[in-house]
Amino acid sequence: MTDATSIPAAHKPRLALYWASSCGGCEVTVLDISERILDLAARADIVFWPAVLDVKYEDVHAMPDRHIDVCLFNGAIRTDENAELARLLRAKSRTLIAFGSCAVTGGIPSLANNYSRDSILRASYIDSPTTANPAGVLPQHRVMVSTDSGAEVELDLPAFHHSVRTLAQTVPVDYTVPGCPPVADQVWNVLSAVLEGRLPARGAVLGASNKSVCEDCLRPRHEKRLQGFVRPHLTKPDPSHCLLDQGIACLGPATRGGCGAPCTKANMPCRGCYGAMPEVDDQGLKALSALASLLEAREPKDVERAIATIPDPLGTFYRFGLAASQLFRTRTQEDA
Amino acid sequence: MADGKFEPTIVGFLCRWCSYTGADLAGTSRVKYPPNVVPIRVMCSGRVDPTLIVRALAKGADGVLVAGCHPGDCHYDRGNYSTLRRHTLLTQLLRQFGIEPERVRLEWVSASEGDRWASVVREMTEEIRKLGPLNWKAQLPTAFAAEVEAELATGGAPLRDEPRDVSVAQEDAR
Repeated sequence: MTDATSIPAAHKPRLALYWASSCGGCEVTVLDISERILDLAARADIVFWPAVLDVKYEDVHAMPDRHIDVCLFNGAIRTDENAELARLLRAKSRTLIAFGSCAVTGGIPSLANNYSRDSILRASYIDSPTTANPAGVLPQHRVMVSTDSGAEVELDLPAFHHSVRTLAQTVPVDYTVPGCPPVADQVWNVLSAVLEGRLPARGAVLGASNKSVCEDCLRPRHEKRLQGFVRPHLTKPDPSHCLLDQGIACLGPATRGGCGAPCTKANMPCRGCYGAMPEVDDQGLKALSALASLLEAREPKDVERAIATIPDPLGTFYRFGLAASQLFRTRTQEDA
Repeated sequence: MADGKFEPTIVGFLCRWCSYTGADLAGTSRVKYPPNVVPIRVMCSGRVDPTLIVRALAKGADGVLVAGCHPGDCHYDRGNYSTLRRHTLLTQLLRQFGIEPERVRLEWVSASEGDRWASVVREMTEEIRKLGPLNWKAQLPTAFAAEVEAELATGGAPLRDEPRDVSVAQEDAR
């Protein structure tokens, strides 16, 4: 696959950027490289970027296979459309890069793996207090509609999957760029590596370090002796000390760094968007292990009381990576 | 499974100083107990990373039993206290995943408690037998990406731009 990922010198690198199930923050972070975007536009041929260019899916279908040199794919795989575009862009790209937490680990959208497809549709289209839907109409995969001329046509709409998946759980991925979103300077590092043909061996994590967020965080650390945890909105963190020392559940020790710790600089704990450290299979469980070990309690009752200060372990430890966790999703009533 | 009864697979992580020796004692004392626990000897129950427990469940175990020294008796002074804290939080997390707390059990078994080891195993085996198989593999995403990867590695047809039915039934049965 090494020669497949290298860019032929004969032409300017052809770039594609796509968003699947995502919020658009990854598009904004590419624009956040500010004036360097001009450099990018001069040195690369951007052939597909729905957020910025007027291009259609047919244009991609019309390209020969492996026409795109590098595709930055952000967003998780939630619908048939996401899955289809993942396959299409895999076929058309020499190098496919999972860009941002959603594509790499499922991101915020994969918190939906805590629910079933049916309960999500019910909540959105029937139960939500601001929805008036007396007939209980739900989105359909295939539906008959009548046109202006009175003809009946069948519409085939992208189906909504039961679970959110990462890009690598859908098609083979060459590199990953973590972050929600990846910080702009790291985005530029990745883009310049692409432009200059400096991509490392296939499978590498780009735009991040191999050390934890604690290495990026400048707060002084002391010995931690915790009676329990306190949620960030219920306290006023001291900006001059480690947030974990103050009992705030910070995922820094279990999270890959390279982001420059912007969250702890803003007096907020690390929520873990840069994903697992190298050689770690399950970021959430590493964070769970690290945080639980900091507690002082020894008697089972005290331990339970201290643990109860983390009211939602799943949301705390898998905020950005439920789909990439070893368990992938929760088992709901419908699953059983 | 000879008589059609469900035989749970339980992975056991036993601390080398107390519980593994306790299980040995059960053996040398010829205590009879069910063979459902697959014992793995570790240096301390505090060494059992939650990743290992969850990996066992994700890969097919119906339950996991972690056994260590009684509080105050840890060979490393406080390893088992860390185990207790992690275990309490892990059970909460697994409850959110829909995994019954009975499936991941923490027990203190000393080197002299061969009988206690046997009764813990008897009790846990029966509890999990009642709960039924966990079968977590059915929850995991299809191995489609791995299939395509293998196809590429063998020099087979690379991914082509062909319409492929990625309907819910096929692609997302689970």
